[in-house]
This record gives sequence, C-alpha cells and structure tokens, in this order.
Amino acid sequence: MSDPILATQNLVKNFGALKATDDVSIDLLPGEIHAVIGPNGAGKSTLIQQICGSLKPDSGRVFLDGTDVSKQSTQARARAGLGRTFQISALAMEDTVLENAVLGVIGAQHAARQFWSNALRTPELTDRAMAALERVGLAEHSQTRCANLSHGERRQLEVGMALTLSPRAFIMDEPMAGLGAGGSKRLTGLLDGLRQEAPILLVEHDMDAVFALADRISVLVYGKIIATGASQEIRSSSAVREAYLGEEI
Amino acid sequence: MKLDERVINGLMIVGLLALPLWAVVVDEPFTITLVTRAVILALAAVGLNIILGFGGMVSFGHAAFFGIGGYAMGILAYHAQTYTALDLGFASFGGTKTMPLIWLTAMVFSALVALLIGLLSLRTSGVYFIMITLAFGQMFFYFAISWSQYGGEDGLSIYIRNDFPGLNTLVPIQFFAICFTVLCVVLFLVARLRASPFGLALNAARQSTIRVETMGMDPMRLKLVAFVLSGAVTGLAGALFADLNRFVSPSMFSWQMSGELIVLIIIGGVGRLMGPVVGACVFVALEHFLGGLTDFWHIYLGVILLCIVLFARGGLLGLLTGKEGAHV
Repeated sequence: MSDPILATQNLVKNFGALKATDDVSIDLLPGEIHAVIGPNGAGKSTLIQQICGSLKPDSGRVFLDGTDVSKQSTQARARAGLGRTFQISALAMEDTVLENAVLGVIGAQHAARQFWSNALRTPELTDRAMAALERVGLAEHSQTRCANLSHGERRQLEVGMALTLSPRAFIMDEPMAGLGAGGSKRLTGLLDGLRQEAPILLVEHDMDAVFALADRISVLVYGKIIATGASQEIRSSSAVREAYLGEEI
Repeated sequence: MKLDERVINGLMIVGLLALPLWAVVVDEPFTITLVTRAVILALAAVGLNIILGFGGMVSFGHAAFFGIGGYAMGILAYHAQTYTALDLGFASFGGTKTMPLIWLTAMVFSALVALLIGLLSLRTSGVYFIMITLAFGQMFFYFAISWSQYGGEDGLSIYIRNDFPGLNTLVPIQFFAICFTVLCVVLFLVARLRASPFGLALNAARQSTIRVETMGMDPMRLKLVAFVLSGAVTGLAGALFADLNRFVSPSMFSWQMSGELIVLIIIGGVGRLMGPVVGACVFVALEHFLGGLTDFWHIYLGVILLCIVLFARGGLLGLLTGKEGAHV
C-alpha cells in the first residue's frame, strides 16, 4: 500500500470537559475519497480545523506528505498543498469569479509581494485560474460577481479555488450543503473526477453523495472514530447504524 | 444619470488643473491656495483610502501620520531657518529647507511609526481597531502639545516656504504644480497597487480573512504592508500641508483631523480611486463658501454626510456612476 498523503496521529482537542476530538488517527491515501460522517456535534468541523491549522490540537500531530505540519500556520499548510473548501462559502463576494480564482494562484505562486503588475493581465496567474474554472464549469461566469452567483455555483467556485492551489489533498467540509438534488448530482460528478488529481477528505451529511463517492468511510461519534472501512462495510455495520444511520437505511 | 467612472476621474483631474490656471489669468491667488489645500487633503485621504477603502481598516488615528509629516517639515525647516543644530544624540546636522529631503524624512518616519502602530493595532478589528488607532493618534497629539522645544501648543512657524530645485515655491501656482504632480503620481501608483496581485489579495482580505489564509497568504502581513504604505502617503501629505500653511501645530495631530479624512473618503466614495479627491474638493468648497456665511457650516456638512451614508453608500462617485454600493 502506498504512503498516505495526509494523516493525523492521535489528535486530541478538549473544550473544557467536552472531548471534541478524542484520539483521532485518520489517513488519506492517494487517489481515494475518504468520507468522514457522524451526527451533528460529533466534532467533524473541529477535526477539519485542526487539520487545516485554524485550531490548535491539545496533542497529536498532522502529517502532509510525510512532513509534520502540526506547528505550521493555516497559510503555510495551504501552500504545502491543503486545498480546503468551506461549509459556508467563504468567498470575496464583491469580486468576480475570476478575481477569486486568481487569488489562489497568487497564494500558490507567492505573488502577493507584487505591487506593480496587473493581476488580471498576467497570463501566469489567469491561465491557471481559468483552467480551474473550466474544470468546475464556471469558465463562462468568470466575469460574474460572486454575489450574483447561485448557491450551487458558489459551491463549485469553492472547489475551483481549492484547485488553483494545485493541492496535494482536498479537505472538503460539506460541499453539498444546501444543494438541491440536481446541484448535488453535478457536484458529485465533479468530485468523482477530482480524486485522481488529489485525494479528498470529505465531510458530508448527504449520504447519497457519500455512498456514491467514498472509497472509505470513517464514522465519528462524540469525537471518536468508531469505525473505518470500505463503503459497503460501514453501511452494513450494526454499530454504525445504531450510532448514526438510524432506521432509514 | 450614469457616467463612466474613468470619465469622471479624468474630468476631476482636468478640473483641478484648470481652476488654478484660470485663477492665474484673472489674478486670484487665493483660489490657487484653496485648490492647493484641496489637493493636499485629497492626498492625505488617498493614503487613508489604501487601508480604509481597499483593506477595510477604519483608522481613526491617521492624523498621527499627517502630523508626523508636518512636524518632519517643521523641525527640519526650523533648524535650517534658525541655524541651530538638530542633535539626534549620535549625529547632528543643521536641518534642511529642501522639499524632496523633507518629503523623504516625512515618509520614512510615518512609515516606521505606521509599522509599530500597525503591529500592535492590527491584532484587533472593528470597534477595537478604531479605538486603538484613536488612542495612538491622541498620544501623538498630547506629545506634540508638551514638546516645548518645537512650540508646544503654539506650534511652529516657518517663515519662508521650503525650496524645490528649479522652482520658486513662493509663487502659488508653482507650489500648486508641485502638490498636483505629487497627487497625480501617487494616484497612479495607487491605481497600479489596487490592480496588482497585492491589491487583489488585500481586497479579498477585507472581505474574508479565512479565505485569504486558505489560499496560502497571511492576511495580517497584507494589512500591515498596506498600513505602512498608507501611513507614508498621509505623512507626505502632512509635510506638504505644513508647507502650504508655513505653520505646524498639534492640531494636525487632532482626532478631528483623523475624522475629517474619513469624512472626505465617505463623501467621495469608499474604496474608489478618486473618492478621496472628490471628497476633498467638496469639503474645501463647503468650508470656503458656507464657512464664509456661518461659523456653523459643519452642520451642513453633517447633513450631506448623513444623506450620503443613508442613501448613497458609494459616495458622490457612486451616485454619479450609478453604482450604489461602497467598493463596487
């Protein structure tokens, strides 16, 4: 088996008496989509924040490509190749789609120290941004202001912006959130094609999407991983059913 | 009425140039002084607009840089005109009356102070940022008041305007030409800055800090760089303002001064290249015409400001271009 691209080692995070993350070790292998599911309050977002660096774990470590990035800032981890998307779209709403996409390329190329050149007339920046937009199907909206995009298009742009970093791994926090059936299906198709580019750690509530996409699934309950396994295994595990999936499946 | 913003910007520049030239023809030197004042206040506000408009940081202490620029001019020229040594402890020299040197000093000191203030205040945001910058501004104000060596509360008079190589700065139109050129150069640089990768990132940092971090950039550093540039520009304006009046006093450090700079930007249009210029022209015009009628002309300014905040978030430029919102 190949080495994991991304791995956490015994992550622990307590908020007072609450164990938000309880000894979580999870890994992401090349080419796979690894879904993390769990009921509300299970600590999924807390886990993502620790992986991406916006929250400091009490103990435990995070590895990206075998390098310990536990001490690195969010921006350093992003440059090292963590492409993150947010549950609630975090976009520069007043800017155009292209300007948002170019932002990622600026970050990846350390271009923010350029004060003179015109960002939108620099092919090294815009070509890569346009390629990412092409990929997520937003190329024809490149001049649209983000505020005028539909919810679904914003979700696509979130993914597109992560792509501009040419990431080693994607971390996606509920990319399907708020999407209708059609939008959810389109995004599922998009993510399906992305796994060859970089593996995806997918936190998601939409079970149809999870079972359609995930190679492996980890179940997080009260901050603890209670099961990790292939999609089918998890679906049939009685412990998981009891804890999370309930009667409906 | 919807006009292209670039057309309005061009007209503004042409107007700013034409009015003093006309004043030369009809021999109205005071009009030239008035326009020069507008140009210098515009420059100060252009500096503030870099952080307030593009970076979303409402500094209520920008008078600190305006004052530092003013005192840089005052102190250097004071020593030159009194033939006394400016003793820095490790070195001493006789001051200078040369504008480019004064400008350089003003910008370097403003930038250094901006670096320090920025490092401390950018940890906060929102109301706390406003308050901490105000506090720094007030510190400079009270320091200037108690600095008796340079006039304390009474300020410092510089008898003859400083020199610019090849020009006679005592002729109003020539001094205007200097200020106008400086403004145009700075506007050009700021326009480049806004469209640059740095400008794009700064503008995004205003809208979503976490987004910029996720894209691999440090929003704090972007804001700090913007803060330093902003301080340097406002400091340069301060040096010119002191030269215009041939007088420096602690009032350049006052919080009213900081407030006025913010008001100029809001009147013209927040985050717009020429917003501060439009605002400064309107402000100086009101000050002159209404100020001639009543001492309480600020009431009318307040009404105008209220109307703009309530009905035209994009300022006068937003109103003219038909783009209502700020920034966009």
